[in-house]
Amino acid sequence: MSEASVRPLRRRRRIDSTALVYLALLGVIIVSAILVATVGRSFFSAGNIRDILTGMSVLGFVAIGQTLVILCGSLDLSVPYVVSLSSLIAADTMKGSAANIAPAVLAALAVAAVIGLVNGLIVTKLHVNGFIATLGMGLIIKGYLDTNYKGTSGDVPWEFQLIGATGVGPIPVSTILMIVVALLAALFLSRTRTGNHMFAVGGNEQVARLSGIRTAQPIIVAHVLCSVTAAFAGLLLASRLGVGSPTVGIQGGYDLLSIAAVVLGGTILAGGRGSVWGTIGGVAIFAVLDNVMSVLQVNPFMKDVVRGVVIVAAVAVYTARQVERRRARFGADGGADTDPDVDPSPSDRVSESVKGGSV
Amino acid sequence: MKIVSALVSPRGAVFLLLAVLLIAITVLNPSFAEPGQLMRFIQRVAPVAIVAIGQYFVIVGGEFDLSMGSVVTAQVVIAGNLVGQDESRTIPVLFLMLAFGVLVGLVNGLIVSFLRVPSFIATLGMMLALLGGVLYWTGGAATGNPDDSFRQIGRGGIQDVPVLDLIPWSVLILIVVLAAAIWFSKRPFGRTIIALGDNPTAAGFAGVRTWWVKTSTFILSSLSATLAGILLVGYAGVHPSVGRGYEFTAITAVVLGGVVLGGGRGWVVAAAAGAFALEALFTLLNFAGVPSTLRDAIQGVIIIAAVAYSAVSFRARRRGRTDVAGPPVDADDGPVDGAPETSPAREKESPPQSGATRPAIHSLEAEG
Amino acid sequence: MRRMHVASAMVGALALLTLAGCTTDPSVTAPSDDAAATEEAEVEWFDQALFDKQDEERGVVPEGPDGQPYLQYINAEMVDTSEFASEGAKKGCFANASISNPWRQTGWITMNEQLKVLQESGAISELETRDAQDSDDTQIADIDYFINEGNCDFFVISPNSTAAMTPAVERACDTGKPVIVFDRGVQTDCPVTFIHPIGGFAWGIDSANFLIDNLEEGDKVVALRILPGVDVLEQRWAAAEKLFGEANIDAVDYFTGADPVEIKKIISDELAKGDVKGIWMDAGDGAVAAIEAFEDAGVDYPVMTGEDELSFLRKWKDTGLTGLGTVYSNFQWRTPLLAAQKIFAGEEVPKEWVLPQSPVTSDDLDQYLAANEGMPDGHYAKFGGEDLPGYPTVWQERQIP
Repeated sequence: MSEASVRPLRRRRRIDSTALVYLALLGVIIVSAILVATVGRSFFSAGNIRDILTGMSVLGFVAIGQTLVILCGSLDLSVPYVVSLSSLIAADTMKGSAANIAPAVLAALAVAAVIGLVNGLIVTKLHVNGFIATLGMGLIIKGYLDTNYKGTSGDVPWEFQLIGATGVGPIPVSTILMIVVALLAALFLSRTRTGNHMFAVGGNEQVARLSGIRTAQPIIVAHVLCSVTAAFAGLLLASRLGVGSPTVGIQGGYDLLSIAAVVLGGTILAGGRGSVWGTIGGVAIFAVLDNVMSVLQVNPFMKDVVRGVVIVAAVAVYTARQVERRRARFGADGGADTDPDVDPSPSDRVSESVKGGSV
Repeated sequence: MKIVSALVSPRGAVFLLLAVLLIAITVLNPSFAEPGQLMRFIQRVAPVAIVAIGQYFVIVGGEFDLSMGSVVTAQVVIAGNLVGQDESRTIPVLFLMLAFGVLVGLVNGLIVSFLRVPSFIATLGMMLALLGGVLYWTGGAATGNPDDSFRQIGRGGIQDVPVLDLIPWSVLILIVVLAAAIWFSKRPFGRTIIALGDNPTAAGFAGVRTWWVKTSTFILSSLSATLAGILLVGYAGVHPSVGRGYEFTAITAVVLGGVVLGGGRGWVVAAAAGAFALEALFTLLNFAGVPSTLRDAIQGVIIIAAVAYSAVSFRARRRGRTDVAGPPVDADDGPVDGAPETSPAREKESPPQSGATRPAIHSLEAEG
Repeated sequence: MRRMHVASAMVGALALLTLAGCTTDPSVTAPSDDAAATEEAEVEWFDQALFDKQDEERGVVPEGPDGQPYLQYINAEMVDTSEFASEGAKKGCFANASISNPWRQTGWITMNEQLKVLQESGAISELETRDAQDSDDTQIADIDYFINEGNCDFFVISPNSTAAMTPAVERACDTGKPVIVFDRGVQTDCPVTFIHPIGGFAWGIDSANFLIDNLEEGDKVVALRILPGVDVLEQRWAAAEKLFGEANIDAVDYFTGADPVEIKKIISDELAKGDVKGIWMDAGDGAVAAIEAFEDAGVDYPVMTGEDELSFLRKWKDTGLTGLGTVYSNFQWRTPLLAAQKIFAGEEVPKEWVLPQSPVTSDDLDQYLAANEGMPDGHYAKFGGEDLPGYPTVWQERQIP
């Protein structure tokens, strides 16, 4: 497999996947801007942009981690409870004192990492499907939260609250942090061997194993990182709320919403193909949608209807494109194969040819 | 000995779990074993079990149906608002509900088949849209319970039966549904569903009309949710929170029954048993007086443990069998055998020597 | 090779950790001077002082106009609002926690009808509403949006939770516009007025005393609670649990999620275990399922306390059981807009506006059922909107804007 034979393929795919997400986002923004203007508001005012970006931050953190897990062909349904738990650990450890911030953050992240590790081990070593493993883990954490916390708890010092309350111009600090984490995740996927292997394992675990990849390790790492980014979301929420809350994760519906955002971002639910930047685009689409529906004062029940329809419609558009492409591949370049270790770009290195190769 | 080894086998695990739970309940509360009480228990499980049976067909075909809970809620509210206190509307509304169930399943199936939207997403969208739509229509609260004649289906039964006292209609409906599901699984069409879940590409080459098989599983699951809704209206009454979380309960029950997420392997009776085990667990927690806040945690541990047990021991047995098992023996299994051997990407268990999966499925089918 | 994997994973994780460390560096400047005023959040819900206060308020005859309970107040300390007095129709911004339960839906309908009256009288020009769909984080963003973009003349906030919403409410106060908080409270006294019925402890006292009076020592009571962690609900149970304990009533509590299926299963199992003499509910939803569980088991009806939701009141009437409809006054949804009208007229309003809250008893059950004939089961008897323009159609059809 030479680099040259991969290039043209890759350019075409780039237009297809992540760019398509941002094209959709652009369309949503244009429609939203018009709709917002009809009620005499400006979509591009500082306050509105801030509202959208704030809406992106928390879900963005969760969805970045969820992307990694889904790339590996697994799922994480325990994220809302990890979010709640980490917000409580952080707020309880801080006890209103700035001196406690560092240990509190470390404690929250460490606990989350352990939860992710357990998730990963259950999935890989006990061979429990990720759906069930993390559903069960979520219930376990929920039981712990309900038993030990009777409501909001702890006290977040002013210094830490600033993270959620300040911004550079209209851009909240929290969004900048989220984008930085996304950048790190993207680099992790493209530059590290484990990151590369995530695509391979998610694309076809058997083939990955036969190619000499330790299939368990990328899955475990993905689960750990997913819980850690959920903990980031919990820390951000603690910062915004000023307290920890046992219900804040479930309030946001971050389990299904993050999965929906990941798929909306062009990542294949079965694993093996997708990108962090696509996910961020998916999160942005949700945030814009929520923003415009709130500005238009849409009935809250109707909001869910719109969300449901948009999710399905958007994913239908992406897959329609992919199906066309797949048909073409059978004829023209069905033999093309990409080596995960050669191709540096995550969204493009696709195990599709591996899957197709079985036919 | 045979029974014991069947029970500790991965596919018998759910029956073992159920037996242990039922015995534990009886120890805590001996009156539970009385026939009348048992009937009440089965009546209570019936809606969940029916939903699990519907979900089974979707899962074994390689998909998910997350919209079931919302379908239950929608049907419950439709019954409450359209039947009202007018007994004569019972039958027409029943037909309307069944038609609505078919429609939802059809839409789900067509979105998954033709728009190629992953079922997780398609049915998640349906779940949001359906629930939001119902709440929008009713302003959040249904008018009230429908006429008692409608509610009798889920609440009443054959009175004054010797020994049993009361045979609830729910129990009879569950028996009919389960029997129909077993019969259906054995039909070529039922086997095609499994073949499709095991290897869609191969099934496609074998001439399976993929879209119709897939769509029919979604219709089956929506219909089962509809039936559960009818029973729940009778059992508990109309409220927008009836049905909440049923999709996850159903998936959990199906997986407890040893059905593999990703499709291709499972037994419908075990899926129903999974629903019974889950409900028995909740009942046990009620009887044991476990603090209400701890129940979720216990449920979580048991789900993971049960599925892990079945997955790990399944692998162990399968490895053992690879040495002895010869080529596939069953010849009457429809399109599967001729298909090339590749497992779906999501199936975690597949070892490299995947020739061993085939006999396992066959023996499972034989018992189904 | 393996070492490479572990190393790369650790680099990734460490990078994330380091990043988190950096963000805690408060090099950014505060947008305003809202100092960290959050108090240590309570973990135990029982609060003797609050219990005694609400217990006492139950017996107070409220002040204010007769026949308009939504304008009455108990033990009020009035505040001067002349600084806000001004002419013209005002624009309100309403940050609502949610309309996800029948109680909130009923109140929301009533509020909108009240709004129409005030719009006609020229007091309020419009009410812009953002619904947080039960999410603290969304509600904080909603309040911030209003502050930045809303052009609001006044704020109405129905907090999703008490401690978490405090910083955002303080930011709204910092704008200098009047802030009106109702239902659940916040941990700051910066709002002009905080409107609420007597409260959860009073609810718990009313309901528990009724059960204690009608039951023997040692009788079993099953408490059906919606969900944990919401202060107005937790206080109901905290008071009731204490009183049950003192009266030697054997009480067990369950969380039901307001799902009648759950409720029926729980009661059935409790009946299979032994006699249940009383049912205590912290809301009306699902009361019918609880009663039907007794019918199906073929045992006598329990003594029961529910809520003034019509499903319960109707079943109570049908069965003739010994019951009490505890009330968390739904008519409080009218008060915030009326308070805004008073504030801009420069009239004084109570700093803490405690509205009356009295249960529906067997004596006035028939009267409330007659007054609410034709309303859906999820409607609340003490919604207090009988004199508003849309009555009764808007509530009957549950027209939610």
